[in-house]
Amino acid sequence: MNAAALPYLSILRARFALMLQYRAAAFAGFATQCWWGAIKVMVLAAFYAGSAHQPINLAQAITYTWLGQGLLGLLPWQADAEISAAVETGNVAYERLRPVDTHTFWLARAIAARAANTGLRVLPMFAVASIFLPMIGLEAWSWHLPSGPQAAFLFAISISLTVILSSAFTVLLNIAVTALKTRRAANIAPVLVSPLSGMIVPLVLMPLWMQPFLFWQPFAGLVDIPYRIYFGNLAGSAALEGIAAQCLWVVLFIVIGRAWMARVMARVDMQGS
Amino acid sequence: MNGLRLYLSFIRNCLRAQMLYPTAFLLRLVSQFVITITEFGGLYALFLRFSHIRGWTFPEIALFYGVVSVSFALADTTCRGFDMFGPQFVKTGDFDRVLLRPRPATLQLMGFEFGFTSLGRVLQGLIALAIGAWLLHVDWTVAKALLLVWAMAGGLALFIAILLLQATLSFWTVESLEIVNTLTYGGIEAAQYPLDIYANWFRKFLTFVVPLACVVYFPVATVLGRSDAAGIASWMGALTPLAGFAFLFVALGAWRIGVRHYTSTGS
Amino acid sequence: MTQISVENLSKSYSVAVRDPGLAGAIRGLFQRRQRQIAALDDVSFSLERGELLGFIGPNGAGKSTTIKILSGILRPSSGSCHVDGLVPWEQRITHVGRIGVVFGQRTQLWWDLPVVESFALLRDIYRVDQPRFARTSERLIDMLKIAPLLDTPLRQLSLGQRMRCEIAAALLHSPSILFLDEPTIGLDAISKLALREFVKDLNRTDGVTVILTTHDMHDIEALARRVIIIGNGKLLRDSSFESMRAEVLGERRLIVDFANDSSDVEIEGADVRARDGRTVEFAFDPERTPAHTLIARIAASHEVVDIRVEDPKIEEVIARFYTLHGAVES
Repeated sequence: MNAAALPYLSILRARFALMLQYRAAAFAGFATQCWWGAIKVMVLAAFYAGSAHQPINLAQAITYTWLGQGLLGLLPWQADAEISAAVETGNVAYERLRPVDTHTFWLARAIAARAANTGLRVLPMFAVASIFLPMIGLEAWSWHLPSGPQAAFLFAISISLTVILSSAFTVLLNIAVTALKTRRAANIAPVLVSPLSGMIVPLVLMPLWMQPFLFWQPFAGLVDIPYRIYFGNLAGSAALEGIAAQCLWVVLFIVIGRAWMARVMARVDMQGS
Repeated sequence: MNGLRLYLSFIRNCLRAQMLYPTAFLLRLVSQFVITITEFGGLYALFLRFSHIRGWTFPEIALFYGVVSVSFALADTTCRGFDMFGPQFVKTGDFDRVLLRPRPATLQLMGFEFGFTSLGRVLQGLIALAIGAWLLHVDWTVAKALLLVWAMAGGLALFIAILLLQATLSFWTVESLEIVNTLTYGGIEAAQYPLDIYANWFRKFLTFVVPLACVVYFPVATVLGRSDAAGIASWMGALTPLAGFAFLFVALGAWRIGVRHYTSTGS
Repeated sequence: MTQISVENLSKSYSVAVRDPGLAGAIRGLFQRRQRQIAALDDVSFSLERGELLGFIGPNGAGKSTTIKILSGILRPSSGSCHVDGLVPWEQRITHVGRIGVVFGQRTQLWWDLPVVESFALLRDIYRVDQPRFARTSERLIDMLKIAPLLDTPLRQLSLGQRMRCEIAAALLHSPSILFLDEPTIGLDAISKLALREFVKDLNRTDGVTVILTTHDMHDIEALARRVIIIGNGKLLRDSSFESMRAEVLGERRLIVDFANDSSDVEIEGADVRARDGRTVEFAFDPERTPAHTLIARIAASHEVVDIRVEDPKIEEVIARFYTLHGAVES
């Protein structure tokens, strides 16, 4: 095992253990998402009953919805809770006392949080929406599998990029929170993520004239791009274009993050009592 | 000093505390408004694509949406303290201090936090109502307007009850509280549409278990003259908001059980 | 006149047991085991109006549990309790209007508000009429010397300053009983002394009944004529501090600074407790060997620079008491 990776891997293990402790929370989160997914699916079905001819069909829209619920843990809604707390108590300077590169450490921590969060939720969600629903005759409302091996492969790449993209954005939120010394600095996150990722309405269902902008903005890579790759709506070169867009924003977020962090950390001070 | 004056005293202090950082406060207010308007915009975008949902058009949906949005937002504004109860009071043990004061716990919790930022959602709800009302070809009368207000009053009681139930739940578990989001945000998501688009079992759940139908669907359908589509006589549509108050009564009973549990097991 | 009476008070909790490690955490997803803990076991005592009681015991002994039951925020499993004729947890609102409670290291004041605003809110909450409030608060502010702090938000004050404001806050409604739960934790020496003086004054001049729980034995020494010692949920002792000390550790100490190397010094009638360079600490029973006899014996056979006679430290007395009664931390 690479000794340099040890601190980062141990965070991952610690997160998993923490998640397992709160079994009631795990179940509650799962139930909430099943419920939410069910409502959205029923609404979509009612809409599509009126006019079925759309850029994506009902089955795809439903799969989009279930993917959204299963992978909800991947979305960057707020700054890292530990860092928000550390900023408010004045202890954030302790982050600099660790013998690791802070940006990488925060990135690893964010990735660990995303992975742990999602890992526990996606499996039961997939089991229910993809396996159980067809079993009780609700195949039409279920979570369908990728449209083919190529789609599955490209999806795997795309969703991995989503994890990094989301984590890099979370680190930006962490830096904002540190710079402004309050967790409220991260309030901008839901405002941007919710509509621009495609969680409110699939981006592909938005008006035609908005599509180019929606495709190339950073948050499309969190939801819309990977999901459309999943069921083949973005295939071949279009899929690669989507992946390229994700890569672009991953690089930009990391570069901006490192530069910004250097400036902010130079000013951070420790609070005594 | 009676309860209402004490509550206003609390609110004044909340406002002062939040206004210490006026730009942050304004930013939060604006971002809340932006988020909720974006949701409403998303709804509109869907109607650009689909033109109707089982025969109901955008202005009608705007009315449903506005009513449930305002109801929830007013509840969130006044009773944010219930929402924060678990992590802020039970987990920290600060509920002990609430019990050590010679005032009802619910009053103290309401006074703990005033959700000024949710006023952004109230505004959004009112805008949705206005847009819906303006676009609709409905003969607007005082009676219809009052029915909408009465529906929102029932909705306010219902959502306060849901928040109170969430607070009660935190006596047993602080970690699972997010399940109540199924009823608050899930409630908005579900009730913004006429409930006849849903499966029968779901409609029954939202009528008899968590009576969202009674404070949104039935009254608004009655105002729109579509009460037969909702399956009820029009005079019933005027009475159904009472279910919201009944639900609140039940929630208060559950709360009392929760407090007794807390004082028996300690923090 | 009896103000507080506690009869056969018992309180037990059930606590979840979790296995360690990752495997245990996964197992914990599917089944939980419980075990019973007796926090209080058949505790009885009573207090007269105006008494000052010290409540001591190891961590987890049941001190805080007793305070919580007396203040009405916790129901006992069995037994009864009356404060000023009321059952605390049954008539909560009336009862808490008559008591003041201070939890050390926790504050009831509003974090972001200037102290004076917190006081005003408390006046409203406790329904104290303005003239009475003005008199009471002025006096408390004066006695606790917090006038310069009033316009500062609480979060900007040091722990000592906060504690003084905290005590004032607990007394704004002129309660007849004051509960202090570890009030001197984390305070610097000056604040501790000031707090002790204030509490002593409050008790003697205003006749406020005070129940004080603490780990700091100097608090007890300074304030409490009567102590109750709780261990493992049981009441181990209810008496004056002096009588307990005499019973538990009646020995005295003789500390001698020798002029020369003293590594093998032995004196008849005394045991060596500690050596530090040329200083030796002896323990002796004053009943059998009076101090002057011992001093004469030492001086006769050794060259001595300095001698002092002391009582054993309070912590030692208490620790010995705990050991004798098997009272352990839990």
